[in-house]
Amino acid sequence: MESKFKTPFGQFAYTVFAWIIGLAIFFPILWMVLTSFKSELDAVNMPPLFLDFNWTLENYTGILEQSNYFKFAMNSVILSFGSTFIGLIFAVTCAWAMAFNPTKRTKDTLLWMLSTKMMPPVGVLVPIYLVFRDWGLLDNRFGLIMVLFLMNLPIMVWMLYTYFKEIPKDILEAARMDGATLPKEIIFVLLPMAIPGIASTMLLNVILAWNEAFWTLNLTTSDAAPLTAFIASYSSPEGLFWAKLSAASTLAVAPILIVGWFSQKQLVRGLTFGAVK
Amino acid sequence: MRNIMGAALCALLAGGVAFGASAETKLTIATVNNGDMIRMQKLTDDFTKKNPDISLEWVTLEENTLRQRVTTDIATNSGQYDIMTIGTYEAPIWAKKGWLAPLEDLGADYDVDDLMPAIRAALSNDDKLYAAPFYAESSMMMYRKDLFEKAGIEINGRLTWDQTLDIAKKLHDPDNGVYGICLRGKAGWGENMALISTMGNAYGARWFNEEWKPEFDGQEWKDALSMYVNILGKYGPPGATSNGFNENLSLFNAGKCAMWIDATVAASFVTNPKDSKVADQVGFTEAPCAVTCTGANWLWAWSLAIPASSKNTEAAEKFISWATSKSYAELVASKEGWANVPPGTRMSLYQNEKYLDAAPFAIKTLAAIDSADPINSTLKPKPYVGVQFAAIPEFQGIGTVVGQQFSAALAGQVSVDQALANAQESTDRTMQKAGYY
Amino acid sequence: MSTRASTLAGRVMSAPSIIALFLWMIVPLGMTIYFSFLRYNLLTPGMEEWIGFVNYKFFLTDHAFFASLANTLVLVGSVLVITVIGGILLGLMLDQPIFGRGILRILVISPFFIMPTVNALVWKNLLMNPVSGFFAWISTSLGFQPIDWFTNAPLTAIIIMVAWQWLPFATLILLTALQSLDRDQKEAAQMDGAGPISIFFYITLPHLSRAITVVILIETIFLLSVFAEIFVTTGGGPGLSTTNIAFLVYTQALLQYDVGGASAGGIVAVILANIVAIFLVRLIGKNLDA
Repeated sequence: MESKFKTPFGQFAYTVFAWIIGLAIFFPILWMVLTSFKSELDAVNMPPLFLDFNWTLENYTGILEQSNYFKFAMNSVILSFGSTFIGLIFAVTCAWAMAFNPTKRTKDTLLWMLSTKMMPPVGVLVPIYLVFRDWGLLDNRFGLIMVLFLMNLPIMVWMLYTYFKEIPKDILEAARMDGATLPKEIIFVLLPMAIPGIASTMLLNVILAWNEAFWTLNLTTSDAAPLTAFIASYSSPEGLFWAKLSAASTLAVAPILIVGWFSQKQLVRGLTFGAVK
Repeated sequence: MRNIMGAALCALLAGGVAFGASAETKLTIATVNNGDMIRMQKLTDDFTKKNPDISLEWVTLEENTLRQRVTTDIATNSGQYDIMTIGTYEAPIWAKKGWLAPLEDLGADYDVDDLMPAIRAALSNDDKLYAAPFYAESSMMMYRKDLFEKAGIEINGRLTWDQTLDIAKKLHDPDNGVYGICLRGKAGWGENMALISTMGNAYGARWFNEEWKPEFDGQEWKDALSMYVNILGKYGPPGATSNGFNENLSLFNAGKCAMWIDATVAASFVTNPKDSKVADQVGFTEAPCAVTCTGANWLWAWSLAIPASSKNTEAAEKFISWATSKSYAELVASKEGWANVPPGTRMSLYQNEKYLDAAPFAIKTLAAIDSADPINSTLKPKPYVGVQFAAIPEFQGIGTVVGQQFSAALAGQVSVDQALANAQESTDRTMQKAGYY
Repeated sequence: MSTRASTLAGRVMSAPSIIALFLWMIVPLGMTIYFSFLRYNLLTPGMEEWIGFVNYKFFLTDHAFFASLANTLVLVGSVLVITVIGGILLGLMLDQPIFGRGILRILVISPFFIMPTVNALVWKNLLMNPVSGFFAWISTSLGFQPIDWFTNAPLTAIIIMVAWQWLPFATLILLTALQSLDRDQKEAAQMDGAGPISIFFYITLPHLSRAITVVILIETIFLLSVFAEIFVTTGGGPGLSTTNIAFLVYTQALLQYDVGGASAGGIVAVILANIVAIFLVRLIGKNLDA
């Protein structure tokens, strides 16, 4: 792409401007990370301390000593990836069928699927809680995986559907002419073309499941509790807490943030919801 | 494809399940993330060494989340916890419903009679103890001795709210970053309503009359709320409507409050030089009165209780006995110093010279806790138990809604009269719906 | 290409998802509808009794209901406007060649990876606190009174937090759409002497309309049930100024433990959400040839 700027100065000014905007958007995260290395008194100091404070790791060591961070993180990984894998199995088949064998009701079905997400979770907490209690699924990873899977399934189907629809049908016809069976058609023809869409669907759902804070908090106690519960043990205790909270927050968001950073290109490529013709 | 994914998932799950497995009795303990509890978690080695067959699994949560988790659990009889951390509000209600196991076997050297009478009464039902107090608090005023001295103010006897208003006015100096008074303003039954209820008591008000009708349309509440809005609105810090205990603690420790009325446990934080810039300048006095001193300071005890659904009652009782015993106090003292011993639960602690030396706030704390009586906390008779709350199941909801109205009045969104009228209406609706009349 | 066999295969393949979702919807929904006709407080078990529409009557005549309905609409609407406009601007910005564009893009999309709870805690304490927060410092150094966010502009504060979280999502989708814009068309217009502004309105914006529709639809679904940000920061107050429908239902379910009332509120919320959805689909349906 050629530059539209007429002068190098214009280019320079624009770059500076863009970086200021970008840093401003990122600032809250940066500030959180910075605060996590302060002592509690420095964290509430006025004027704020930027780099000139006593850098300390005591918040992190304190947290790692006090709670089993790795257990929480492990649960977050299991829950978010587990629900995404199950979701993909269901959503890929469903979206494939909808995209290649559409019926009159396909559009309505899709919208209905999305509408299942509109119940405020807190309104159905008690019914779900009772069902989970009776089935012995409280504080159970499998139960929570199912909840997260079902919560995100509509979005997954929608994303994959719109992506699959862009795949030219002629190719499938050709494959069928060559005698490909249905499973083969999916695995060898469709999937390779759909990889970007599937990858970004996966990423988006891992993010959504990782950050889900209502069910993961209310249906777990300890065995299945993910990082959202870990955060709940550091928000607003008695006493000064900003620095410790920042450290806990940093620990909680770091894994997903890093995954997100590394895979953002992938995420961008497939995250179109059919918005790109 | 499906098989591969399924297998991968199974492997993943199996890997995860291996985590929590253990052979001995596992106690799942739900607790609040306050400093004294965190300290207890660090000291549990002492317990597990003495009881190698018991392992402890901590679920530490922020107060509001904790409350909603344990209440849902116990009300649906789900049995996720063996020990719950609850307060003086929950204990009598739950005990009456038979949701808690009575603590009858706390051991020979536990000395139940050493517990503070007011707190023991608050945690008992039919003379049986249902929750053991871990630490207890009342409310009192913390003030800056240096600022008082500079302005020539002396405290003689117990202050009234009118006098407090005058002092706040005198010391309010926002240009130099000092606000006259810091009080709770964040909406919630355990937040602003804890304070405002004690103010109401001091002005002779009560939550409900003998027929369970709310009384927000009376003059007493109007006086109390007008004082609250006036003193905190004019001489309080900015952002007072979102300040709870913590926010005020930060402000006070940073030297920005001349006075602060809040929980007695704050005393050990504000006098700790590691956390506080004003550690050596803090004075303590009783919470102000108005027409009466009855109920002018609250009473709360974070306590450990065993849900009736627990299958490990015996082990749980052992742990509770350990955590609330005299020897636990000595353990904390030996590891972290006497000032860090959980306060307010045992009379013997306040006869201990070492504690009294280490904790300059001990006498005032004791006086405040001693003078709080959950039964007789209002000038006029009342049908409910509790100083700053009414121990009925509906109160959490009512207190929160009313708290929101009062914080709206503080923010200037509605007038005092309007806030009281709204509070009256919504409380009346809730009580009616709940079938009280 | 829809042979009978493939139609059947299609049915079979989409069935598991549809059945799973149907169960996920109907079981809780059925129970919720049933509970909504009961006097059912979690704290008084065994006292359940059929009371007809009383719960609905109490919920709908509560003055908190209309306030929270208005707050919900303002919240969703404002966040949508901010994220769509902001997303377009950021998309345009990132579509230009800039030094370090990859890193810049990472910075801009990062908020999307942050848990709502963490987001709220950081904004409330570290940034918006009127005494020791970062914004207060900026105001005072510029010689202004610090803004007392959660007293004077509580809903605005919530909107800012939520918008910050969702801006990256809008930016990503709109950026992808922008990158697929046909350069030739743009250049042709430039040849004809069209300025950047008219190019934007006559070529870029129409090209983005589908992407904007998608952003609005997906975000609306999530924004209607914004909860963590309110729970952590304002608790719905002061007064009712930040109580949305989801939070109102929460106060019924987990503060009053009034399952009957909360169920009625939940059903009302579902109905309202579906009305909004139908409205949305009608309004922008032509963009969605789903």
